[in-house]
Amino acid sequence: MSDEYGPMWKELGLDCKAHDALLGVLGSAYKDIYLAQKNRPEGMGYFDFVMKEIHGLRIKELLDEKKQGRKIIGSYCVFVPEEIVLAASATLIGLCSGADFAVEEVEKYLPRNTCALIKSAFGFKLGQVCPYLETADMVVGENTCDGKKKAYESFGSLVDNLYVMDLPQMKSKKGQNLLRAEYDRFKTAVETLTGIPITPDTLKAAIKTVNAKRSAIHRLSMLRKADPAPISGLDALLANQVFFYDNPARFTESVNKICDELEKRVKANQGVAPGKTPRILFSGCPMAVPNWKLPWIVETSGAVIVGEESCVGERGVRNLTDDQGTTLNELMDAITDRYFKIDCAIFTPNENRLEHIMDMAKSYKADGVIHYGLQFCQPYIMESIPVEKALEENDIPCLRIETDYGMEDVEQIKTRVQAFIEQLQD
Amino acid sequence: MKCAGIDIGSRTIEFVMIKAGRIIKSRQLDTGFDPIVQAKKILQGVKYDHIMATGYGRNLFKTVFKDAGTVTEIKAHAKGVRADIPDARTILDIGGQDSKAIALNENGRVKKFEMNDRCAAGTGKFLEIMAKNLGFSIDKFGLAALKAEKDLDINSMCTVFAESEVTSLIARGADRKEIARGLHTSVVKRAAGMISRVSSKGPIVFSGGVAKNPCIRELISQRLGRKIFIPQKPQMIGALGAALILEEQIPLQTALVGHRPHTLG
Repeated sequence: MSDEYGPMWKELGLDCKAHDALLGVLGSAYKDIYLAQKNRPEGMGYFDFVMKEIHGLRIKELLDEKKQGRKIIGSYCVFVPEEIVLAASATLIGLCSGADFAVEEVEKYLPRNTCALIKSAFGFKLGQVCPYLETADMVVGENTCDGKKKAYESFGSLVDNLYVMDLPQMKSKKGQNLLRAEYDRFKTAVETLTGIPITPDTLKAAIKTVNAKRSAIHRLSMLRKADPAPISGLDALLANQVFFYDNPARFTESVNKICDELEKRVKANQGVAPGKTPRILFSGCPMAVPNWKLPWIVETSGAVIVGEESCVGERGVRNLTDDQGTTLNELMDAITDRYFKIDCAIFTPNENRLEHIMDMAKSYKADGVIHYGLQFCQPYIMESIPVEKALEENDIPCLRIETDYGMEDVEQIKTRVQAFIEQLQD
Repeated sequence: MKCAGIDIGSRTIEFVMIKAGRIIKSRQLDTGFDPIVQAKKILQGVKYDHIMATGYGRNLFKTVFKDAGTVTEIKAHAKGVRADIPDARTILDIGGQDSKAIALNENGRVKKFEMNDRCAAGTGKFLEIMAKNLGFSIDKFGLAALKAEKDLDINSMCTVFAESEVTSLIARGADRKEIARGLHTSVVKRAAGMISRVSSKGPIVFSGGVAKNPCIRELISQRLGRKIFIPQKPQMIGALGAALILEEQIPLQTALVGHRPHTLG
């Protein structure tokens, strides 16, 4: 137990012993996976600090915000609009779901064949090890896949502040109207929570803040198109993961600082790996902190990841929200337009995702695509088959990997990934 | 220059040494519980210039034999099979603990591959355990299954569940040859599915230890309506492929430096 933050964690009701164990594992995984990398941009030092303080200083900041009357809202999905949260003077935080925890306890609530991401959300609650969840004044669950939808029914008995957002399943006018209606309902709920009505000015300002954050990631992504790649996929993934936790303005500034450095690298033809290193595009399920298993395997097997077609990646940040509107109605429409374009696999049909994968493979000059499916994640695993087919028709090799957060299949995955890389090199 | 390949599988280790593409020595040992001890044993008394490891123990081998190269069993099998059968386009390899289907392009490069998941379903280990349960030696298991007139349906692919299925079939007085046949069919269904996902037509080259099982060969051929070819030594293919890849990788120059010729300077 850290002397500095121990009392804070205790006050939040964390299980201190279990939490210490979690931080121990997280710390050593970070050291072995992240700090062991070579040629890292200096600007990653900021993210190393963020990761070190992910349950410390950042929580303290949030608690300080709370003391000043600001509300904290936790979310599990990129469909929850940060613009609305910020406009009502609240803070949005992505909640922990990237590691197994308290598995036996979780299986009292969920069937064993539930995806690791959903199980993890329960594990962090049941194990009392997620300070973000314990800090949140409102937890937003969303009706994406059936797994999550049904899981929130049980999750509601574990937390007293769950808000469930409905989502459309088809990209029709009706679907868009549903999303708009749900965002209006969410806006009212957030305003009620904070007691601060959202105005066109505050909403416009919030849109600008979130757009700036996305633009910084867009800039980072553009730089990754260079060969040699100026930054590892692991480091870029980390930036995409911290996107969900950090103070937005500080995050934007830090990512832009890294981009300044990477621009120099690209100009000097310097890379994190030599030129012509096989370039991989990831596509599929989100990778939440600390789920670094597959990128770690790929990048220690002689390839570099150049993009992520993922909610923690380009699918999550692709479009900006139009901030030209002047009325609340126009701005809410713009927000709805922006989020309605997210090509999550819960939508049917979902052809835009295929097009995006193809576009990304080409524009990032990927030699091959690895489709990452979390075991039991039906929507993405189902889509992996047409994705593979479409890629192969375009002569882009594709490897489908289905796994979870456990480490027992690392060697098998390594063999497949290494064989795939050999295939790309030949 | 003598190039060696060592294939450290879950059940057996193979060693092949080649000179200018021709096999000059080959050996096989059980992997046992300590692959490094066994690998050292298999290397006893042989002199090679360079070595390349493949199989699930390749990375472990490299931690001890630092100069060794490594290559995945997928690429090694592709290379080894093409050396034996130059126009092979589809490979099925069923080893002790994994199975894979590989499609090659006309130049022999890997075009697409599939591998079994984390469990031993549909592999040599599965057949070995089932043979033991039914009181057959592994050599006789396939022959016995071939003699059965019908299949008994085995639904479980998981070794543990299949074992209990077999136990209940035995308890019902079922013919053990028919159970054997059913077990072979279940392995074949899985292998056939893997092959079909990577390649749709043409002959199949079958390598790995399970290629020695006549019933599996026969049933795959029947099920897919495709010809099956077995390399001369199906278990040696991985080690041979590794040695051949190594020989190709080492340019003539390095080979000459290795010989340390005298110079006038």
